[in-house]
Amino acid sequence: MGNKDSIIVIDDVSYRYEKENVLENIQLTVEAGSFLAIVGPNGSGKSTLLKLLLGLLKLQSGKIKLFGQDIARFKEWHKIGYVSQKANSFNTGFPATVYEVVSSGLTTKIGLFRFMKKSDEQKVLQAIGSVGLLEFKDRNIGELSGGQQQRVFIARALVSDPQILILDEPTVGVDAQNVESFYAMLEHLNKELQITLLLVTHDIGAVSDKVSHVACMNKKLHFHGETEEFEQLDMKDMSLYYGHDVQILSHDHGHQHHHHGGGHA
Amino acid sequence: MIDGLMQYEFLQNAFLTGIIIGIIAPLLGVFIVVRRLSLIADALSHVTLAGIAASLLLEKKFLGLSGLNPLYMGMVFSVGGSLFIEKLRGVYKHYQELAIPIILSGGIGLSVIFISMADGFNTDIFSYLFGSVSAVSRLDLWTILVISVFVILIVVLLYKELFLLSFDEEHAKASGMSVKSLHFIFIVMVALVIAASMRIVGILLVSSLMTIPVAASMRIAKGFKQTIFYSILFGEISVIGGLVISYYADLAPGGVIVVIAVCILILTIFSKKMMAARSA
Repeated sequence: MGNKDSIIVIDDVSYRYEKENVLENIQLTVEAGSFLAIVGPNGSGKSTLLKLLLGLLKLQSGKIKLFGQDIARFKEWHKIGYVSQKANSFNTGFPATVYEVVSSGLTTKIGLFRFMKKSDEQKVLQAIGSVGLLEFKDRNIGELSGGQQQRVFIARALVSDPQILILDEPTVGVDAQNVESFYAMLEHLNKELQITLLLVTHDIGAVSDKVSHVACMNKKLHFHGETEEFEQLDMKDMSLYYGHDVQILSHDHGHQHHHHGGGHA
Repeated sequence: MIDGLMQYEFLQNAFLTGIIIGIIAPLLGVFIVVRRLSLIADALSHVTLAGIAASLLLEKKFLGLSGLNPLYMGMVFSVGGSLFIEKLRGVYKHYQELAIPIILSGGIGLSVIFISMADGFNTDIFSYLFGSVSAVSRLDLWTILVISVFVILIVVLLYKELFLLSFDEEHAKASGMSVKSLHFIFIVMVALVIAASMRIVGILLVSSLMTIPVAASMRIAKGFKQTIFYSILFGEISVIGGLVISYYADLAPGGVIVVIAVCILILTIFSKKMMAARSA
């Protein structure tokens, strides 16, 4: 299932909390080098899908492969950088500097009973530099603005040299004027550093000119394809995606998009 | 006092023990405070008291057990209590703070039963409640030293894991860390340090040595390592100052230590305000 450059393959995944279905037969592939936005309204199961991908929730049905390996046997978690939504609401009084927070991203990569080496320290500084915060490295994280704090969490995710960065609603709590530069930074990470990006958001408008692929979901996956395809969709149809009983597009659309000739929608 | 230190073994014991717990109580205290677990220290100290009361009772009823060191029973109860707290936190997932009053009042309840079975309070119990300069034996000192070496070693070796667990538990889980076992190690260390500290500061005031220096330190420190450094510095000033004053004034050291720690806290709050006013 999926070619060898597929970083994530989600195959027929469903999930339910007690009696409520949150995810139904999700089929989705994330190719190396792409910048995918998963969009959907609140309660559409986006966060649940991410938790499954990160191994925070156990699969109930279906399969997930990460870097070609079944998630149950996957061990190389440092290849996956994760920036949670919670990063916006963390304890801002926590007494840690930017440098210390970013260093914590290396914890599992360095391993138990081992200490940071010079080369690790270099990596931390590099990651802080790549999000443009070097001058703040010795500040307590609580002293920074919301947008800067979010950059710190990106740096923490970047420091372990991940091949994919998963971001859950990263611009919640970031003021409007900084959102643009935030996405510009993401674009830079994707294009210059070749980091695959998976972004979960409810705001399609802000990302549509930056991402390469879009997936729309509301419990089911309603659309998955390249951004141009997505933009050809009638915006009235779009609002339908936010409804419950729409199943316009087939689910097995997942990994066909790179053969597409356009006009699929 | 220097003469006294050279001369009397009990003073040496008290001071060396004080210096040791002045390091380990604030060291673990930093992690306890930032993880918002301050009250757990309080709950566990009361369970420790139950262990000590049980030990004193056994000693009284069975003369054969007169060599029993109450510290050991205190530790057993404290570690047991910490495991029970974890169990309760699992059972009441949405009311995790509920574990604290349950353990705390359970500990006091048991203590009171054991104490009354041993025919009421005596000076021995008083010294456990509020600390004592003269009660620390050489054996206590060695036990506390072993615990401290163990705790410091674990904190140094698992520093980055403990930091990540404290700062962002979800991220720790997502990066594949075994959060459960780390938390287990942590809570057992807390239980041991509480039992170790009670000789000097006393059961009722143990948690203060884990929280007040940390609260003061957080006012002025930049970063986590500095927070640890200042917490230990303030902890040491409080313990050593408290022991010296209580030796000369014949007071319970626990009380004096806590009052000094609170004074440092007040100073840091005002010094920060003054610095802010000056730079503005």
